[in-house]
Amino acid sequence: MSASENVMSAEEKEAITSLLFQLADDDFLFAYRGSEWLGLAPHIEEDVASSSISQDSMGHAAMYYKLLEELGAGNADELAHSREANERRNSILTERVNGEGVYMETPKFDWAYQVVRSYFYTQAKKVKIDSLCQSSYRPLAEAAVKVRIELYYHRLHWETWFKQLLSSTDEAKKRMNEAITLVMNDFGDMFSFGNQKQAIEKYKLIDSEEILKDRWIASIESVFAALQMDVPTIPETVTNNGRNGEHTVDLNEALLTLSAVYKVDPVASW
Amino acid sequence: MAVSESVSIDRIYEMLVTVKDPEIDTVSIIDLGMVEEVTTSGNSVKVVLLPTFLGCPALEIIKKNTMDAVKQLPEVEDVDVEFVFHPPWTSDRITEAGHVNLRAFGIAPPPRYFQEDGSWHVDCAYCGSTYVTMENIFGPTACRSILYCKSCKNVFEAMKPVSTLM
Ligand SMILES: [Zn+2]
Repeated sequence: MSASENVMSAEEKEAITSLLFQLADDDFLFAYRGSEWLGLAPHIEEDVASSSISQDSMGHAAMYYKLLEELGAGNADELAHSREANERRNSILTERVNGEGVYMETPKFDWAYQVVRSYFYTQAKKVKIDSLCQSSYRPLAEAAVKVRIELYYHRLHWETWFKQLLSSTDEAKKRMNEAITLVMNDFGDMFSFGNQKQAIEKYKLIDSEEILKDRWIASIESVFAALQMDVPTIPETVTNNGRNGEHTVDLNEALLTLSAVYKVDPVASW
Repeated sequence: MAVSESVSIDRIYEMLVTVKDPEIDTVSIIDLGMVEEVTTSGNSVKVVLLPTFLGCPALEIIKKNTMDAVKQLPEVEDVDVEFVFHPPWTSDRITEAGHVNLRAFGIAPPPRYFQEDGSWHVDCAYCGSTYVTMENIFGPTACRSILYCKSCKNVFEAMKPVSTLM
């Protein structure tokens, strides 16, 4: 433990813990939804690529849970598998189902939705990670440098899909535009820090919500300009703020599936 | 009283050379630049490793193999292996020997240089031709990509370049 951690106030520690849960739960659910595409992606190369991305993202989540464990928040595996929906701090977008049906039966998943969700989420993650590289909490700043390197390939991948489908057939464009509307409906809490906003910003753990939002818009502007499209607007208000533990039924179902194996054998190694 | 032999760092490194990548048996964790630090305290050894990719499922196997290898030294009493992500592992940590050993397995080593726009190029792992196309930036593991050689018509893998400059 470093000297700075010894002098950390209770308020600061709560802010760090809260931010780490937001980051961890986001990547955990995003990786889970991505992994549900295994065997269903449009072609075999995509199956390999999106599995790799999901695996990396799960690795990022595991690392954040580890940082939480080091802060005394509990055992990392426990934190990933055993917390109830109302304790989760992920954004609503990451918990949404991939489409109609269920993986083990008749999945009628929507690839356009997966592309838009993944591209917008990964771009948001990049904006946050770039900022976290300068976080006042050193262990998080050091971790962010490593995540940033891996994210380079994820962002490139989803941006390619995004551009190509929107430059494709009328059917593809129509479905992509519908997906953009759906994704943006859930984007209101993506840059929210929930009720920890003040403390998270005060301790300079990451840039402010407003700065991050502006940077996200700036980061996708050139892509939208090339496609002759308007940059979508981030909603000002939200029905559910995932950062405060307010979630949809989609999360309950995801957690049930996710934790099934863990509940059978909690000491299995992951 | 028996005089206990102190553990030599050199001997530990000799053992670490025998710890191979679980999926590329010509390449050691030393070749890959995964070994960040080796320290001893009495008869206890601590090995600090850097994960190539954070979500790499081979990490637990590498950890176990590292412990087993170091424990083979009779003068070693206990071994602790820890993964840290700072400094971040980047592909320029792969040694010259690592490049040779990757080629021996049929995997093109990562390029040393990037173009100004961040793009990169690797030559065919089999015939050395530069006439190659990228089939899939994501290969069978997070650290490898799949390419196709238009000269010898072989599909081959390349170690993905990863850099903090990206
Ligand atoms: Zn060739």
